[in-house]
Amino acid sequence: MNLGISAKEFISQVREGSLSVEEFVAKTLDRINQVEGKVHAFITVDKNAIDKAKELDKKIKSKEKVGKCFGLPISVKDNICTAGIRTTCASKMLENFVPPYDATVISKLKSEDAIIIGKVNLDEFAMGSTTEHSYFGPSKNPWNPEYVPGGSSGGSGVSVSALECIVSLGSDTGGSVRSPASFCSVVGLKPTYGLVSRYGLVSYANSIEQIGPIARRVEDIAFILNIIAGKDEHDNTTLDNKNEDYLTGLDSGISGRRIGVISQMIAEGIDDDVFSATNNAIEKLQSLGAECIPVSLDAVEYSVAAYYTIAAAEASSNLARYDNLRYGFDFGLEGYEFNAYVSKVRSNFGQEVTRRMLLGAFVLSAGYYGKYYLKAQKARSMIKSQIDKAFKQVDLLISPTMPILPFKIGEKINDPLKLYLSDINTITANLSGIPAISVPFAFSKSGLPIGIQLLANSLEEKKLLQAAYALQSITRLPEISI
Amino acid sequence: MTKIGLEVHCQLTKLESKLFCKCKTNYRTLPPNSNICTICTGLPGSLPMLNRKAVEKATMISLALNCKIPEKISFFRKNYFYPDLPKNFQITQYNAYGPTSIGSDGKIGIEGKEIRIRRIQLEEDPGRLIYEGSSEKTMVTLVDYNRAGTPLVEIVTEPDFETPKQVRIFLNVLADLVENIGISDPYLEGALRVDANISMGEGNRVEIKNVGSFRDVEKALHFEITRQTSLIERNIPVQAETRHWDDARRITVSSRSKEEEQDYRYLPEADIPIIVMNRDSIEYMKKQMPESIVARRERYIQKYDISPQVADVLSSDRFYSDLFEKSHNEKNAKEVANIITTDLMGFADTREKKMELKITAQHVSDLANSIVNNKLTRNSAKIALQEMVKDGKPLADVVAKLDLGHVSDMSSIEKIIDEVFQDELQAVSEAKQNPDTINYLVGKVMRKTKGKADPTVTLDIIRKKLSTQE
Repeated sequence: MNLGISAKEFISQVREGSLSVEEFVAKTLDRINQVEGKVHAFITVDKNAIDKAKELDKKIKSKEKVGKCFGLPISVKDNICTAGIRTTCASKMLENFVPPYDATVISKLKSEDAIIIGKVNLDEFAMGSTTEHSYFGPSKNPWNPEYVPGGSSGGSGVSVSALECIVSLGSDTGGSVRSPASFCSVVGLKPTYGLVSRYGLVSYANSIEQIGPIARRVEDIAFILNIIAGKDEHDNTTLDNKNEDYLTGLDSGISGRRIGVISQMIAEGIDDDVFSATNNAIEKLQSLGAECIPVSLDAVEYSVAAYYTIAAAEASSNLARYDNLRYGFDFGLEGYEFNAYVSKVRSNFGQEVTRRMLLGAFVLSAGYYGKYYLKAQKARSMIKSQIDKAFKQVDLLISPTMPILPFKIGEKINDPLKLYLSDINTITANLSGIPAISVPFAFSKSGLPIGIQLLANSLEEKKLLQAAYALQSITRLPEISI
Repeated sequence: MTKIGLEVHCQLTKLESKLFCKCKTNYRTLPPNSNICTICTGLPGSLPMLNRKAVEKATMISLALNCKIPEKISFFRKNYFYPDLPKNFQITQYNAYGPTSIGSDGKIGIEGKEIRIRRIQLEEDPGRLIYEGSSEKTMVTLVDYNRAGTPLVEIVTEPDFETPKQVRIFLNVLADLVENIGISDPYLEGALRVDANISMGEGNRVEIKNVGSFRDVEKALHFEITRQTSLIERNIPVQAETRHWDDARRITVSSRSKEEEQDYRYLPEADIPIIVMNRDSIEYMKKQMPESIVARRERYIQKYDISPQVADVLSSDRFYSDLFEKSHNEKNAKEVANIITTDLMGFADTREKKMELKITAQHVSDLANSIVNNKLTRNSAKIALQEMVKDGKPLADVVAKLDLGHVSDMSSIEKIIDEVFQDELQAVSEAKQNPDTINYLVGKVMRKTKGKADPTVTLDIIRKKLSTQE
């Protein structure tokens, strides 16, 4: 049995009876057992998955109505609430938190008969780009376990690329879906802000983050997006996408599309292999009939500073609720006065989370709000207006997803500033709310994955996915060897 | 000079559900922590869903207080750690970066004085803390989140009050207003809560919090004025501080907290998109708005020539104002206003007593007409009123029963006056010298007739007799 099939292949095989869900799920659980020691993608594996698979097989056999997913095994980043399955955010603070409710994306997928196979690793509260900042230990890159898998949705990227599931849900605040997609050689989409409900996504920086799918194939991304996108009565910030079908016309090609090459993202500091891969991608897209022209977005210069200011500010407020009084981890109240207890329990946040909460509290404090937070918001509107202007000339934008190759675990953990700077290409989409996708495109001479990022205007996911699909169709990549 | 400003928190109790979720606003009768959900307990991943009706109600109170409504409103997070606050921030509104709260720059007149409203903001109520014993000595604090997320409007005034009495009148007007426009029942426990700040002369500003009932604010302010005056007399500077009203001891107590120094790190609430206020619906709401107290007061003065004092008292009490509306006509309006404000309000000054009143608009109207048409004296009218309030019988029955009918025919009054003149020779001769003492004789006549003689007629006849007698 091939665990590397696409969602589309899985569904058609199950539907026509050549594949049983139980068999596939059992095989997937075996695979997880076999590779977890090397890659550590999962925080919690849901043992009930096999029972759900059996139920579905029965339904399929007796020709009962079955949802669109037909038992598709999905892994879910552990900051998305799943009723009855603990949701830890890779933090000691939520070590024992079992949500009483499903996130909207989860209930939508469940109602289409997807099977949640488990909850996957992340940087604590999604703060990081390597998955090293997990309370449960780092995830490892399946292409070379000495290397980081990217992050913060590292567990999602790893579980998909290591064939531990077919698709995964991650969340992307500053590149957290696209970075692991790029480093693990899989596809990752950050949708338009508001396209996918955030209800049940544990907030880190709520004005910029989105849940996004990770898969091995662009068509699987479109398939999942069809299920999870759209207005939600539980999230005031969701948009009406008029039930757009992202699958139809996916293979329309990109002939005649104008693609802007963001000059600031193919510049100083970029890895040589990434540089040449990007140029190669541009040439290939041109050979498919796209017109590529250089586009300058000079406000990108401020994006990293603006992002970390805004995200930290929101984090300091969003994470204030973790006082361990109503849920959390095992730590008695006895003998503590309220403030003493709260500071005591809150010392259990990891270093990176603490750093960002302190930074956030600082930029919001009286006298600094104007100096930092408001300035960051100004930079954000500047970026947004340059993006708007760019999309008057072009249909899509292109850049490498990450300016650098995956690096060794532990190599940059003590240099947060350098790490923050590697988010420069992904952050723009979050600050301006537009969709962006990372498509696996090449490998470096050292055998590490390189992803290409495409960006489109707000709510133009269809155009974006068509371009990604075109790029995928002319790319041949090796199979995972572990 | 004494300057007092208020921060009034008014729950929108007339709404069905909380500000950001579907839990009930009527938490008062429910067992602890039974009126809660993922949203109002701030569970990880939950998001606030704005109750649009709350925005409507908050718009109405802003209009009623003559506030400006901005083009767009938005919400902010006020960050602080407190056990009654499930998210450790409160979703509220904030105007420091431009007016985005539901109302600002309003005003309302009370007793001819204008009180400016700085702003009105829509926000969520925190949960409730329940202490075992007193809040200072307790070892155990219980938290009930049933109230958490109840919609509130915070009404902040400028420091325009000069006396505690003005504060009391303002609060009565406000309580009546929120009830009248159907946004709140101010008499529910905790529905209307007031913090006051007060400074005297050049002294520091003191905040008074924790006043349980809005009726106690006047008392707390009186205490605070006495306390500060005595400090100033002894040249002791008044500390800028927050003081809590101790209901049991009827004094304010320094809370020794550092609330002044707290930095709330306000942050725009990105989970609730900015709301564009629809100008047409605001105009519509304005038209639907019941006549304001201020407008009623003006109408009473202009149309019926009722004195400003009487108009104030009458217009600011919805119950009696409505009674006036139903019982008056062009001719008897002034008399109706008199009956209500001087007699009836004295009988029934509390909500409970008002509810027990047996009196109807017909009673009041009949009574006023009898006075206007000289069929009853004011004195008899008061006696009749007292009776009607209790048993609700028609005026005619009461008059007959108590023999209150007016004695206005000349001959019977003349007869009684003659008797009085014979009994009071001394007074009669004094009255001839000094007309100011004439009232003594009128009083005697009234006593003999048990108040039934028309005082004007009586006075006329006495005057005539005095001038004709030698």
